[in-house]
Amino acid sequence: MTEQPYALELDHLVMHFGPVRAVDDVSLALRRGQVTALVGESGSGKSTVGKCILRLLEPTSGVVRIAGTDVTHLSRRELRWHRSDVSIVFQDPAGSLDPRMLVGDIVGEPLRLSGRRISSRDRQARISEELGRVGLRAEVAQRYPHELSGGQRQRVSIARALISNPSLLIADEPTSALDVSVQASVLNLLADLQRDMEFACLFITHDLSAVEYLADDIAVMYLGQLVEKGSRERIFSSPAHPYTQALLAAAPIADPVRQREREAVLLGDDLPSALDPPSGCRFRTRCPLAFDRCATEVPAHIGIGDGDAACHLVHPDGTRPDVRRPADKEALR
Amino acid sequence: MSTQTQGTHPDQKNAQPVLEVRDLSVTFTTESGTVSAVDGVDLTLAPGEIVGLVGESGCGKSVTSMSLAGLLPGSAQVTGSASLRGTELVGASESVLRKVRGDEIAYIFQEPMTSLNPVLTVGRQITEVLQVHEKVSKKQARERAIELLSLVGIPSPRQRVDNYPHQLSGGMRQRVMIAMAVACGPRVLVADEPTTALDVTVQAGILQVLRDLRDRLGTSILIITHDLGVIADIADRVVVMYAGRVVERADVGELFAHPRHQYTAGLLSASPTPGRHAGTDRLREIPGLVPVLERQPDACTFADRCPAATELCRTSAPPLDPVVTSHGVDRGDHVAACWHPVMSERSQAQETNR
Repeated sequence: MTEQPYALELDHLVMHFGPVRAVDDVSLALRRGQVTALVGESGSGKSTVGKCILRLLEPTSGVVRIAGTDVTHLSRRELRWHRSDVSIVFQDPAGSLDPRMLVGDIVGEPLRLSGRRISSRDRQARISEELGRVGLRAEVAQRYPHELSGGQRQRVSIARALISNPSLLIADEPTSALDVSVQASVLNLLADLQRDMEFACLFITHDLSAVEYLADDIAVMYLGQLVEKGSRERIFSSPAHPYTQALLAAAPIADPVRQREREAVLLGDDLPSALDPPSGCRFRTRCPLAFDRCATEVPAHIGIGDGDAACHLVHPDGTRPDVRRPADKEALR
Repeated sequence: MSTQTQGTHPDQKNAQPVLEVRDLSVTFTTESGTVSAVDGVDLTLAPGEIVGLVGESGCGKSVTSMSLAGLLPGSAQVTGSASLRGTELVGASESVLRKVRGDEIAYIFQEPMTSLNPVLTVGRQITEVLQVHEKVSKKQARERAIELLSLVGIPSPRQRVDNYPHQLSGGMRQRVMIAMAVACGPRVLVADEPTTALDVTVQAGILQVLRDLRDRLGTSILIITHDLGVIADIADRVVVMYAGRVVERADVGELFAHPRHQYTAGLLSASPTPGRHAGTDRLREIPGLVPVLERQPDACTFADRCPAATELCRTSAPPLDPVVTSHGVDRGDHVAACWHPVMSERSQAQETNR
């Protein structure tokens, strides 16, 4: 296979469930060996994107390319090969590990399903090696998932996901169900493995602070669409889209001095329904800066460095809105 | 994000506490033996004070709070004392507890959908609370329900009062839960992970509602959370629990700037915080797990996970003593139970940053 610059490309990906427009025209490219965080709140469609990449869901339209190969139209048989190149780790390891299978069989299952011939001895060796790589002792292979702690179970999920040496890992909220101390160790583990094995990773999360150590790039999703993309540095230092700004402002900092000096940005509670998304800009119903044009015209993605933002107040000349200063919005138009 | 200055109000310090918990212990008897969940917890809540109770899952935070209003199952043995404005709650009869619940102490939990009745309108659920506790007519109760919905920041409360829970978003449901909890004007509100199931943009609004309640009604709030960001945002004082014991207690500013217990320091550095770990690309880990204890040992229960543990920690339980700096300065109400307290660069770095 020739070297492709991108591990994953999403080209106008659309996933509708009947009238529900869960994912609506998402385009995104992941560079090889890089971590991209897909950030959004519940209902934004971020997990649906992950499932479409693996074809656990069949996209309504659009193209998913893995290392340059269009996988959207592969047959079931061809898909098997594709799946050994892409893996997923889910949020809740208790729910995604078969309780009746031994840990060793869970971790080794992708080897069996890949259809490649491998001796039982080699298989055992690979399982032990993989368990060691995620910081578990080889004896864990003889245990059942319920005998393990939440953090250990998530390590088992990671071992299963990585045993086929995928070029792309989808990590769907892998630490959200864990305590903070365990979360730190799983995040560190993922960062180490990613550096060693150099797989590309789509890290799906609602928690921007969890990705600061991990992500190279960040894509922010709102109600089925991407509103902003950019490098981690740029998104954290100068977020352009009002929604990205609000997300960053709303995540409390574990430092009472800094936290209490920050300006509050309060959005309304009600995420609009994907059944009937607002016209124009989908964020306008919660945006403190919204004006008449936002209701009538879908904002274009305006380029900012390597990324972009879709907001009528973002201009190619570098003008940016500031959601903390709604009073200035007249001046920005 | 509050206009409130940090730390406890002077008047809070002098006021008689609303809630005073002394030497509270809870043991569960199960088929596979006994489990000591809470051991000798002391806790006070002043009028209008917001106290944060933090620790990992399994540290006894929720068990402590649920024992107050007799919400634990029959397998729990509760000892010690919990006095709510002079009424002893530990060992109180069901009729006393029934009077206290709602009127004096109320709870909100993590998942509002499972706490609300899906087949009743939110208005009906709030008026039910009012009619049980107070002699009010149906009409008055409905008006009160509308007022309460407006108090917790629900837009167009007159329409929303006739909504069913499924018609509301997660944040709106949690607001309804808060409205129900404060319907009878309790002195103490226990908020057990009130925002854990919510998105951050919604969480900010819920924390604002809790702060408003304190400011407008003078409600004392015990907020239980594992999220130190939430604590940093809303709490006046913080109580850190580990494996059933209180290991550290201080004003919020003091605790974050000068954590003394190794567990507190570990929790703080494990929490992803923008800017805190500048120059590193790793979070600090706390190896191991919170132990499940059959009985509380005469030892520090954190010793097995602690980077500073010595023989002393394994053979003798550290007392919860007032913290004194190296210059012999008393740190106010700051207490910590650690034989080898942190005298960190972290504290010094924070000082110079100010």
